[in-house]
Amino acid sequence: MTSAASPIQSSPIPLLTAEFWQETFALTRRLFIQLQRRPVTLVVGIVQPLLWLMLFGALFQNAPTGIFGAGQNYTQFLGAGVIVFTAFGGALNAGVPVIFDREFGFLNRLLVAPLTSRFSIVLASSLFIVSVALLQTAAIVGADYVLGGGIPDVRGLAVVALIVGLLVLGFTALSLGLAFAMPGHQQLLAFIFLVNLPLIFSSTALAPLSFMPTWLRWVASLNPLTFAIEPIRHVYRTSTWSFADVVLQAPWGNLTLAGSLGLLTGFVVVSVLLVQGVLRKGLA
Amino acid sequence: MSNTPAVLVQHLQKRYGSTVAVADVSFQVEPGQIYGILGPNGAGKTTTLHCLCTLLRPDAGRIEVCGIPVNENPRAVREKLGFVAQEVALDKVLTGRELLQLQADLYHLPRSLARERIATVLELLGLADRADQRIGTYSSGLRKRLDLAAGLLHQPQVLVLDEPTVGLDIPSRQAIWDFLRQLRNTGVAVVLSSHYLEEIDLLADRVAIIDRGKLIAEGTPEELKARVGGERITVKLQEFAPPELAQRGAELLASLPFVQKVVINSAQGNALNLVVQRNGEDPLSQIRAHLEAHGLEVFSSTQSRPSLDDVYLAATGQTLLDAELAAFESNLGKKK
Repeated sequence: MTSAASPIQSSPIPLLTAEFWQETFALTRRLFIQLQRRPVTLVVGIVQPLLWLMLFGALFQNAPTGIFGAGQNYTQFLGAGVIVFTAFGGALNAGVPVIFDREFGFLNRLLVAPLTSRFSIVLASSLFIVSVALLQTAAIVGADYVLGGGIPDVRGLAVVALIVGLLVLGFTALSLGLAFAMPGHQQLLAFIFLVNLPLIFSSTALAPLSFMPTWLRWVASLNPLTFAIEPIRHVYRTSTWSFADVVLQAPWGNLTLAGSLGLLTGFVVVSVLLVQGVLRKGLA
Repeated sequence: MSNTPAVLVQHLQKRYGSTVAVADVSFQVEPGQIYGILGPNGAGKTTTLHCLCTLLRPDAGRIEVCGIPVNENPRAVREKLGFVAQEVALDKVLTGRELLQLQADLYHLPRSLARERIATVLELLGLADRADQRIGTYSSGLRKRLDLAAGLLHQPQVLVLDEPTVGLDIPSRQAIWDFLRQLRNTGVAVVLSSHYLEEIDLLADRVAIIDRGKLIAEGTPEELKARVGGERITVKLQEFAPPELAQRGAELLASLPFVQKVVINSAQGNALNLVVQRNGEDPLSQIRAHLEAHGLEVFSSTQSRPSLDDVYLAATGQTLLDAELAAFESNLGKKK
C-alpha cells in the first residue's frame, strides 16, 4: 500500500449538499467575525485605494485630455484600474491567513474534520474576499464619481460587480493553492510581493496599451488584470455599450466585452482546477 | 458488541525525505481503553498519531479505526475520530462558544443538537462561565480544556490526544486526567502520547514505548514492569559510606543468590543499588542478616518496584531523561 493511489473524497465538488454549505458558511462566518472584531483591516482596505485614486489622479492632472482614450481625463481612466488592482490585491493575499492557520495548527482542525470537500475552505475564503472587494469597489466608484470620473449606469455597475467577482475568485483560488503548497509564510509573502506590482504595471491599469512598447503590449494583452480592467473602463466610458463592443485592441486581435468575460471565466476555471489538484495532492 | 478494535496499527512506516520518522510501529486499542504512547521527543509519536488521524499518509503499513481502513476511507475515519493536537490551535478572536459552533458545523451537527452538545461539553469541562469571552483571554489550562471540548463535540469513538498536558499546571493536568478516565468508562477509546512517565503510568491501561521510530515494548504498565523483573533495593551502609566499605558491602551482597546486580552509586553517597529477584522471603531482611553476619550495619534502605523508566532503560540502555537531553542537545546543534 503506497501513497500512489489516492481515490478519496474531494474529487467531485458536492456543491449541492447541505453539508457542504454548512461547513462553507461556518468557515465564512469565522472570517466575518474576525473582520468585525478587527475592523482596522477593512478601514485600511477602503482608505488605501482612495489614496491611490487621489494621488495617481493628481500626478497626471495636467496630461492633455484625450490621450487616455476618447474624451477621457486621467481620473476617469484610472477608476477602472484602481477597482481592479484593489480587488486583485485582496485576492492575492487570501492565502496569508490560511498559511498562518497552517503554521499555528488551526488548519489541522479542519483537516481532521470530515469535510465533504476541502473546496469548502477555498470557497469560504472566496466568499469573504468577494464581499470585501465589492465593498471596496463601491467606495472607489463613489469616490471616483466625486472626483469627476463619472459613474457607469446600473447595467454597467452589474458588469463591474461580475468582473470583480470573477477576478477575485480566480486569484483567491491561486493564492490558497500557494498557501497549501508553499513551505511557509515567508515564501508566500515573498511570492506575493514579487508578483503584485509587476502584474499591475504589466496591465492597462495605469496606462493604455498605446503607451507601451510592443513587447509590453503583448504581455499586457495576455494579463488577466487587463481582461478585467478594459471592460470596466468601457462601461465607464459609454452608457450605450453592448457585449459585442470591442474593449481592447490587442496585438493578437480585437477583444470584445463578452470575450473578456469569457476569458475571465476560463481563468477562474483553470485556477480552481489547479487548486483542486494541490488540495488533493498535498493533503488527502 | 463486535470484537473490532477501536484502533489497529500494523507495521506503520513514515519517512520525511531521507529521515525515517516511524520505522515499524504496531499496536491495537480496544474500546474503553486508555492507550499510552510513551517515548522521548523525536521518537515518532506525533507522526504516528498524525497518520492515525488522516493528517499524514503512511508510506507503508495498515491503520484501521473501528474497522475502517484509514487510507481507503479517510472521511469515514474522521467521523469516528476526535483529535486534540499538541499545539493548542484556537482562534483568539472567537469566543469559546463560537469556536465550538464552528467545530459543530465542520462535523455537520444539526443546529439544535449542536446547541445542546455545546452546552453539555462546556459544562463538563467547567467552561460554561467563560464561553462567551474571547479565547484570547483564556489561560493555557482553559484553552486546553476548550480544545478538548471541541474534540468531543461529535462524540467520537476514538479520542486521540498528542501530549495533552504539556505545560499545564497540576490542577489542570489533574482535571484532564480525571476527565479522560470518565470518558474511557463510557466506552471511548483514548489514545494519548506523552513523554511523562508518571502520566502514562497513572492513566494508561496499556502502553507502547517508542524509540527512534520503533516499538520497543508493548503491554500493560504492570506487565512491562514485571517483564523487566526484579525489585529495586537501595542500601546505605552509612550516610556517606567510604569507598572501601561500599566495595566490601557490594561484594558481600553480590554473593547472595537472589541478587542479580549491584551498583555502587556515588551520587547517593556510595549507596548500593540492587536488583533482586523475589524468592518468597523478604529480600530486605535477608540482606540485612547477611550484612550483619559479616559485621556490617545497614544505615537505611528503600525498596521499590521497577518503573516504566526501568522498562525504557532495559530496552534502550539509556533512561528516558537521557534520551530527552540527547534530543534536546541535537536540536540545539541544528539551530546553531
